[in-house]
Amino acid sequence: METSSVFTSLSLQDLWFLVEGASRTLNLTFWSCIFGTLLGIAVGTARATWPAAVSAIFGVYVDVVRSVPLLIQFILINAALAVVGHPQSPVTVGILVLSLYMAAFVSEVVRGGIAAVPLLTRRAARSLGLSWFQDMRYIVLPLGTRAVLPAWIGLVIGLVKDTSLIAVIGYIELLRAGQIIITRTQEPMLVLSGVGLFYFLICFPVSRYSMRLEAKLAL
Amino acid sequence: MIQIRDVYKSFHRVEVLRGVSMDVRGGEAVVVIGPSGSGKSTLLQCINGLEPIDAGTIRIDDVEVHGRGTNLNRLRRKIGIVFQQYNTFPHLTALENVSLAPRIVLKLPRGEAEAKAEEQLRRVGLADKLNERPGRLSGGQQQRLAIARALAMQPDYMLFDEITSALDPELVGEVLDTLRMLRRDGMTMICVTHEMRFAREAADRIVFMDEGRVCEEGPPAEFFTQPREARTRQFLRQVT
Repeated sequence: METSSVFTSLSLQDLWFLVEGASRTLNLTFWSCIFGTLLGIAVGTARATWPAAVSAIFGVYVDVVRSVPLLIQFILINAALAVVGHPQSPVTVGILVLSLYMAAFVSEVVRGGIAAVPLLTRRAARSLGLSWFQDMRYIVLPLGTRAVLPAWIGLVIGLVKDTSLIAVIGYIELLRAGQIIITRTQEPMLVLSGVGLFYFLICFPVSRYSMRLEAKLAL
Repeated sequence: MIQIRDVYKSFHRVEVLRGVSMDVRGGEAVVVIGPSGSGKSTLLQCINGLEPIDAGTIRIDDVEVHGRGTNLNRLRRKIGIVFQQYNTFPHLTALENVSLAPRIVLKLPRGEAEAKAEEQLRRVGLADKLNERPGRLSGGQQQRLAIARALAMQPDYMLFDEITSALDPELVGEVLDTLRMLRRDGMTMICVTHEMRFAREAADRIVFMDEGRVCEEGPPAEFFTQPREARTRQFLRQVT
């Protein structure tokens, strides 16, 4: 009698499984990037412009989030939400944790961007009658953005790869999809190469676009 | 009219202004001279409220600059200031540098703001540089751009803070020519400078500051030929 193997070979269906995983990775990255950047801008601006005491409070958040491994943050926040009676879907927890994580890093980049705009340039703007907000909008934002664009792009690319850690709370994204296929096919080299290629295809255009944008914005 | 009364100002316990008083009447050109650290630049920054003061009063057309209810953004429309380091906006073209404040502070439509900006740029001799960014302009051109930017707000008063000090010697002349033109047009101005020849020919009055105080003031002819104070004579010997 012939015994059939528990392992089966790669099929076209596996490719679609990876594509679906990649789309989930993109979805996580997209929303976390938007929420994280907006929150990061708010926190960074507050830290750069508000009194030292307020800055210090936000500083605690930034330090904690930046120092604790993301994997632990996924597990703790997922568990904490369940303990307080508001369990959320893995994707919601994922976007929440990644946004908070991204925001902490973005806030430091924003702080650096604001500091990069010469005080005398801002003084000149205020001397023309621009309000604090107008100075931020028309002088600090465009100049600061130019200064920190490469650093922010670096964070976005890091974020794409950090989404893979969400697997720890049971969400299947690109890397986890790859692992599932490997378990079945025992083809780690081939599958991981494919998964790596997907990550590259997501990150490379971002990196190239940022280089073109940098060149366009160069002073 | 600008009225400065007994103004005191310290930075980190170092007293920079120690009871400065002076008046500048409409249409008058006052040149402030004095050694480095005598408080000249600080005085200008206090006049348009960029720096708070510790004591005394500064009034511009009867509005107290550092008064509690004073809307500084509104007051600053009346007083243009040009700095030593140009401080042009590097991400904007010359035309955008000059039209930005009229557009967003005075709320002029873009077309009107740009037409006024173009007029000011032509006035300072930059009509052919409208679409250039500051990075492509020489120091003298950038400084003239900064002057045009301040003039576009149609201020009643102009403050010039050592605006030729950062320039290569051959570029000083073009900036001083711009100041002379403003002088001829009757602009009220306070000009901090080390250019004694300019002070002599363009000022209605010279104010000599030393160690945070007004040491001596008077019309240039008198000031340069018959200074009353020994400290003034010593300073003039060093710089002329």
